[in-house]
Amino acid sequence: MEKTRPLWATPLQFVFACISYAVGLGNVWRFPYLCQMYGGGSFLVPYIIMLVVEGMPLLYLELAVGQRMRQGSIGAWRTVSPYLSGVGVASVVVSFFLCMYYNVVNAWAFWYLFHSFQDPLPWSVCPLNGNRTGYIEECEKASSTQYFWYRKTLNISPSIQESGAVQWEPALCLILAWLVVYLCILRGTESTGRVVYFTALLPYCVLIIYLVRGLTLHGATNGLAYMFTPKGSPMLSPLAFQMEQLANPKAWINAATQIFFSLGLGFGSLIAFASYNEPSNNCQKHAIIVSIINSSTSIFASIVTFSIYGFKATFNYESCLNKVILLLTNSFDLEDGFLTANNLEQVKDYLASAYPSKYSEVFPQIKNCSLETELETAVQGTGLAFIVYTEAIKNMEVSQLWSVLYFFMLLLLGIGSMLGNTAAILTPLTDSKVISSYLPKEAISGLVCLANCAIGMLFTMEAGSYWFDIFNDYAATLSLLLIVLAETVAVCYLYGLSRFESDLKAMTGRALNWYWKAMWGGVSPLLIISLFIFYLSDYISTGTLRYQAWDAAQGQLVTKDYPPHALAVIGLLVAASTMCIPLGALGTLITRRLKRGDTAPVA
Amino acid sequence: MTWMDPREVFLRNLHPAFYSTCNNLHCTWDSFECIGLHGQDAENAFKVRLSIRTALGDKAYAWDANEEYLFKAMVAFSMRKVPNRETTEISHVLLCNVTQRVSFWFVVTDPSRNHTLPAVEVQSAIRMNRNRINNAFFLNDQTLEFLRIPSTLAPPTDPSVPIWIIIFGVIFCIVLVATMLLIISGIRQHRRKNKGPSEMEDSEDKCENVITIENGIPCDPLDMKGGHINDAFVTEDERLTPL
Repeated sequence: MEKTRPLWATPLQFVFACISYAVGLGNVWRFPYLCQMYGGGSFLVPYIIMLVVEGMPLLYLELAVGQRMRQGSIGAWRTVSPYLSGVGVASVVVSFFLCMYYNVVNAWAFWYLFHSFQDPLPWSVCPLNGNRTGYIEECEKASSTQYFWYRKTLNISPSIQESGAVQWEPALCLILAWLVVYLCILRGTESTGRVVYFTALLPYCVLIIYLVRGLTLHGATNGLAYMFTPKGSPMLSPLAFQMEQLANPKAWINAATQIFFSLGLGFGSLIAFASYNEPSNNCQKHAIIVSIINSSTSIFASIVTFSIYGFKATFNYESCLNKVILLLTNSFDLEDGFLTANNLEQVKDYLASAYPSKYSEVFPQIKNCSLETELETAVQGTGLAFIVYTEAIKNMEVSQLWSVLYFFMLLLLGIGSMLGNTAAILTPLTDSKVISSYLPKEAISGLVCLANCAIGMLFTMEAGSYWFDIFNDYAATLSLLLIVLAETVAVCYLYGLSRFESDLKAMTGRALNWYWKAMWGGVSPLLIISLFIFYLSDYISTGTLRYQAWDAAQGQLVTKDYPPHALAVIGLLVAASTMCIPLGALGTLITRRLKRGDTAPVA
Repeated sequence: MTWMDPREVFLRNLHPAFYSTCNNLHCTWDSFECIGLHGQDAENAFKVRLSIRTALGDKAYAWDANEEYLFKAMVAFSMRKVPNRETTEISHVLLCNVTQRVSFWFVVTDPSRNHTLPAVEVQSAIRMNRNRINNAFFLNDQTLEFLRIPSTLAPPTDPSVPIWIIIFGVIFCIVLVATMLLIISGIRQHRRKNKGPSEMEDSEDKCENVITIENGIPCDPLDMKGGHINDAFVTEDERLTPL
């Protein structure tokens, strides 16, 4: 008696699983950065165009393939064509790399979450130095939030060569993070299906709360105005700057890249999720819904982020002004409260004319405070999530509550994505008859989690953050483009578009719209090829690859070159997954030739 | 070149801090006397800076002679706590050069009013009683500054066990227990499933023994588990024909 494939209890679970997988940390910490870099409001134009032209078709393709083949990525692509088993293996390898480093972010989120239950928040004050006369020097030079991130959380080493020891605190948090993930995927779709209700819906609750709080913060409107009308160069008016950005090819490329990676295409997670669907499920509708929700969440999250930016920038600007006012008040013994932000310039001019020699002594210490420079600090990635946001949170009232809410949301987003990442690895493993006959699915999941946790300890070492950046930048980018290109070409040309169309019609009962056929057959592969060429040329033209290292003495980031062994690891990462595709085809070719040789008729 | 009083020139060169006090506020003979008193002991004078409006906003009080009297009293009080200086009187504390800021210089003299007390003693006395001096004026270390007297920064309250470990332990235990429960219930379900099909197979074997075979084709076995009433032919209602 054959074991029936486990199914989602309701189609809603499937939609929520896709949403919680696609809506991840990238929506929160990458999209606002791109918005800021490429013209604010005008970035939405290439973004939406790419969504319709690239995101929706490719998402529908993956869901349709998974639902039709009813197997994980390895089995699905093997069914499409035996020469394509390498594509499935490449997906699994990339997902494995992703699992290794992605959960470290959840570990950091747990660390911050546990530290949010203190008064005052540990990243809001600098710790005192040995003899209690002042603050620790590194903290003075940088800021308290940067100090807490680089020294207390990561204990970062000055360069990637100095690995240091495994830090036990992040290691404990990593173990907890993997335990939570294991708990969620333990029973397969049964447990995952219930968890995704939380991981898909709760982040929106927190985002709405943050939206209301963010918009009511002092100075939030500065940030929002900046998002929609960035200043750009002083020559151009904001509107002209935005128009100019539309013509910038980098904006379009980054929009395409963001859509591509934000939806999580090519990892095999979507295929895995769709394989647990009823065959008659309307995956076209779901593909459209999921992609629209993913993009709207990005835009929504960036509104929240920009209001927080505005608050932080305004707060820092006013602190800077207050420092200047204090300096002048003390140097010239002016009446306390006489100098305000409004009359600062006039009084400065008066003092410069009345007491020129004294003023020239004080002048070097007077900083030029500017709201624009504060707003222009564009940050993305872990820096945005753990430094910029925490800096804004520490200045809010009841900061513990906001901190707990924020890191809880980060955790939900991260774990939601991890569910998809692990499903991409586990579904092919549990599908394989060989492995599932020996081990029950709980044991397979446990072994995968254990292996990833053990390797993930590398990221908790002192140089772990540098390795994290390597994995984040190089493990998935090029390989995914190749994988998705292979997928699209395979379905359209190897399997046959008309054959796939009739399969879908038989499965769901709906005919395939001409739009999807046009996108799958022509536009999307061309887009992916151009993205691929752009990335390759970018890598080649940059020459040596560089990274940002934290210099404790100066209290800021410095750029360094990667050492040879790091470059070798980067090469291995890219090669390990991309080589699977040709090797898989080659392997099948060889085994077929051997079989044909064996069964050759005896003369 | 404007003519400057030679005493003023001498004092300015002696202590650079006097430059600021004598620069925009014309130094009178009174203040010179004050300065002259500690002109030799320029190091024993300390500058004090108050930011009353920053601290209290609308509730700020004006700095007048009474407040100065209170300040002198607090300094004298601090000095009386130092061994050998219990006889310090309010009149021994001298204030001068009060500016609009509000800032001024003060110095403490000995009972003979000829010498000033050494800076180290004054420093330690003020540091010991800093909190009470601050509270007397509703200010804190940042708004009532004694230049050249660093304040001891309050040490952070370190609990014996860091709070984050407690919360981590709680959540870790909850997740571990939940995982164990799920695994154990999964193993139990597995065992039940393994027992179940084997029981089914036994009863099917018994049934098969009674299958009658005619012409090599097995007749449909009678359902041995008890008769099923074929609802198509017999219903309770139709036993009795309706009237």
